[in-house]
Amino acid sequence: MAGTAIAELNADGLRRDARIERLKLFGLSSPALLLVLVILVLPVGWLFYLSFVGADGGFSLENYARMIEQKSYERIFTTTFEVSLLTTGLAILIGYPFAYFLSQLPGRLANLFMIAVLLPFWTSLLVRTYAWLVLLQREGLINKSAMAFGLWDEPVRMVHDMTGTLVGMVHIMLPFLILPVYGAMKSIDVDLVKAAANLGASPTRAFWTVFCPLTLPGLFAGALMVFILCLGFFVTPAVLGGGKVIMVSMKIVSNIQLFVNWGAASALGVVLLALTVAILWIASRFLNLTQIAGSGH
Amino acid sequence: MIKTTAWTLVAVALFSSTAMAQQKALTVASWGGSYQAAQSKALFEPAAKNLGIALKQETYGGMSDVRLQVNSGKVTFDIVASGSGSAARAGDEGLLEPLDYSVIDVSHFYPNMTSKYCVGGDVFSNVFAWNTAKYGTNEPRSWADFWDVKTFPGTRAYRGGSVAGALEPALMADGVPPDKVYEVLDSKEGIQRAIDKIRQLKPHIRVFWTSGAQHAQLMKDGEVDMTTGWSGRFDNARADGAKVAYSFNQALLDYDCFAIPKGAPHKAEAMRFLAEISKPEYQDDLPKYITYGPTNKLAYETGVITKEVAAGLPSSPDNAARQLSLSLAWYSKWETYATEKYQEMQTE
Repeated sequence: MAGTAIAELNADGLRRDARIERLKLFGLSSPALLLVLVILVLPVGWLFYLSFVGADGGFSLENYARMIEQKSYERIFTTTFEVSLLTTGLAILIGYPFAYFLSQLPGRLANLFMIAVLLPFWTSLLVRTYAWLVLLQREGLINKSAMAFGLWDEPVRMVHDMTGTLVGMVHIMLPFLILPVYGAMKSIDVDLVKAAANLGASPTRAFWTVFCPLTLPGLFAGALMVFILCLGFFVTPAVLGGGKVIMVSMKIVSNIQLFVNWGAASALGVVLLALTVAILWIASRFLNLTQIAGSGH
Repeated sequence: MIKTTAWTLVAVALFSSTAMAQQKALTVASWGGSYQAAQSKALFEPAAKNLGIALKQETYGGMSDVRLQVNSGKVTFDIVASGSGSAARAGDEGLLEPLDYSVIDVSHFYPNMTSKYCVGGDVFSNVFAWNTAKYGTNEPRSWADFWDVKTFPGTRAYRGGSVAGALEPALMADGVPPDKVYEVLDSKEGIQRAIDKIRQLKPHIRVFWTSGAQHAQLMKDGEVDMTTGWSGRFDNARADGAKVAYSFNQALLDYDCFAIPKGAPHKAEAMRFLAEISKPEYQDDLPKYITYGPTNKLAYETGVITKEVAAGLPSSPDNAARQLSLSLAWYSKWETYATEKYQEMQTE
C-alpha cells in the first residue's frame, strides 16, 4: 500500500516536472513564436482583412465577386497552374536523370558537375531570364546559328510565348529539384542495390524496385518546392511570355496599378494562398510532409 | 531629465532646419535620367534664376509617392512631373491642388494639353514604327496598314497591360475617322469594337509590350517588324543603329505635365514657377536636349527651334495637324472598365 502511495507521489512530482519543463520550453521558443507571429501571421491576417475592403473603404465582397464575374481571372489561374505543373514535370524529367548521373560519378567529377548546377543557381534571376531572351529570340543566337548551319531556313519561334516561359522557368527551377534528389540518392546504401543484384535482379529491376523508391521522398520534396515557387513567379513569365502568358502575380501588380487600392490585389493573394494550402493539404493526404521536410529519414 | 531636454533640443533643431530648408527652396520632383536633365537645363534652372527662387530637384517614383506624402500629411514636393493620365487620376483622388490659370497663361497651348490639376510640359506621340530593312520603300502610312498583314506581312508588337493609347488606333484601323474616335469609344459597344479589332490582329502580335524600353529593344533586336510605341524611344533606338522609322500619321498626341501636390509647402511660388516654365522662351529650349516637343505653340515662333528640328518633333504644327490628341476626359470616365476588358482579351 505504502508503495503505491509513494508511486503516486512520484508520478505527481514527475507530472509537475513535466509541466514546468513544457513551460520552460515554451518560454524558450516564445521569441521564435513571436517572430512567426510578427512576420507571418500578422501580415497574412492583414492581407486577408484588406481583401474585404472595397474601393469606397468599407467592407465589401467586390474583390471576390470580380474574380467570379470575369473570365480572365479563371484563365489566369488556369495558366498559373498549367505553367507550374509543366515546369515541375519538365524539371523532374531533366533533373532526376541528371541527379542520378551526378550520384554515380566519382567525387571530383561530381563536384565539377555540381558547380554547373550551382553556378546558375547563384546568378541573378533577372540576368538568366534576359540571357534566355537573347538566346531564343527571332534573331537570337540559336536561330542565327541554326540557320547558318542550315538546320532550318526560317527563324523558329521559341520565345514570347509558353515555350520561352517554360524554358526559362525550368532552367531557374532545376537546382531546386536536383539538390534534394541528389541528397536522397547519396544517402542510399549502395549495398542495398548490390543485394538486389545478388538476389538475381537485373540492373533495371534493381533500379526500379530498390533504388528509385528510396529516392521518392527527395523527389517529392523537390517537386513540391518547385511547384510552389512557380505559383508565385513574376519576372520570367513577364519577360519571356510576351504579355500572353499571364500569371497571378502579374495580375496582382496590374490590379494595384489599375484600382489604386490594396483590396483588389489582396483578394488575388488570398485565393492563391488558399489554393496553395489546399494543394499542400491534398499532398499531405498521400505523403508524409514532415518526412519530406526531413529529407527522407 | 537632462536626456529628455537634450532630445527635445535635437528634435527642435532638426525640425527647424527642415522648416528653414522648406522656406528656402522650391522642391521639384521628376523622373530623373536624360528626361529630367533636359527639363533641368531648359526649364527649371533658367526659370529659377530669372525668378530669383532657390530650387531643389529630386527624383521620384510617380504619383504613388505623392499619395504617400499627402496621406501622411508630410508633403515636401512643391511640383511634380507626371504623365497626363496618372495626373488626372491623382487629381480625381484629391491628391493635387487645382491650378490657377489666371496665373499660368495657357492661351497659346495646344488644345487638351492642360487639365484642372496639371499643366502640359512636353509633348510626345504614340506612333506606329516599322523595320526599315524589312519594308524598304513599302512604308505603312496608317493604322489600317498596321493591321494589313497581307500588304505588310510580318510580326507586330502592341501595347500590353495598360489600355493607354491602345484602343484609338484599332478604331482608326476599323475605318473610324480620327475626329470621331472618342465619340465612338464613349460607350461599351465602342470599346468592344476596338477590342475586337485588336483580337483580330492578335495572332500576329508577338509581344504585348509594357514599357518604352521594351518596345525600343524589340525593334533594335528585330524581334518584331512593326510596333506601336513612343516616338522619342525610336529616335534613341535609331541613334543606336536600329533600323527603325515611324510616322506621325494618325498618331496619338499625349503630354507630360506638371502638378502641385495637395498641401505643397510653397503653393504660391509653385504656381508662379509653373507660369514661368510654360512660357515659350523656356519651352523652345527643350528640344535641344530631348526629342519631345513643347506644349506652347508660340515656342515654334521664337526662332530657336529650327525647321529641321521641328520636323522631328511631335508637336510641331505640321506634325500635330496629322495627329489625334489623347482625351483625358475619356480616360477618367472609361479607363478602369476598358483596361479590365483589354486585359481580358490579352489572357485569351
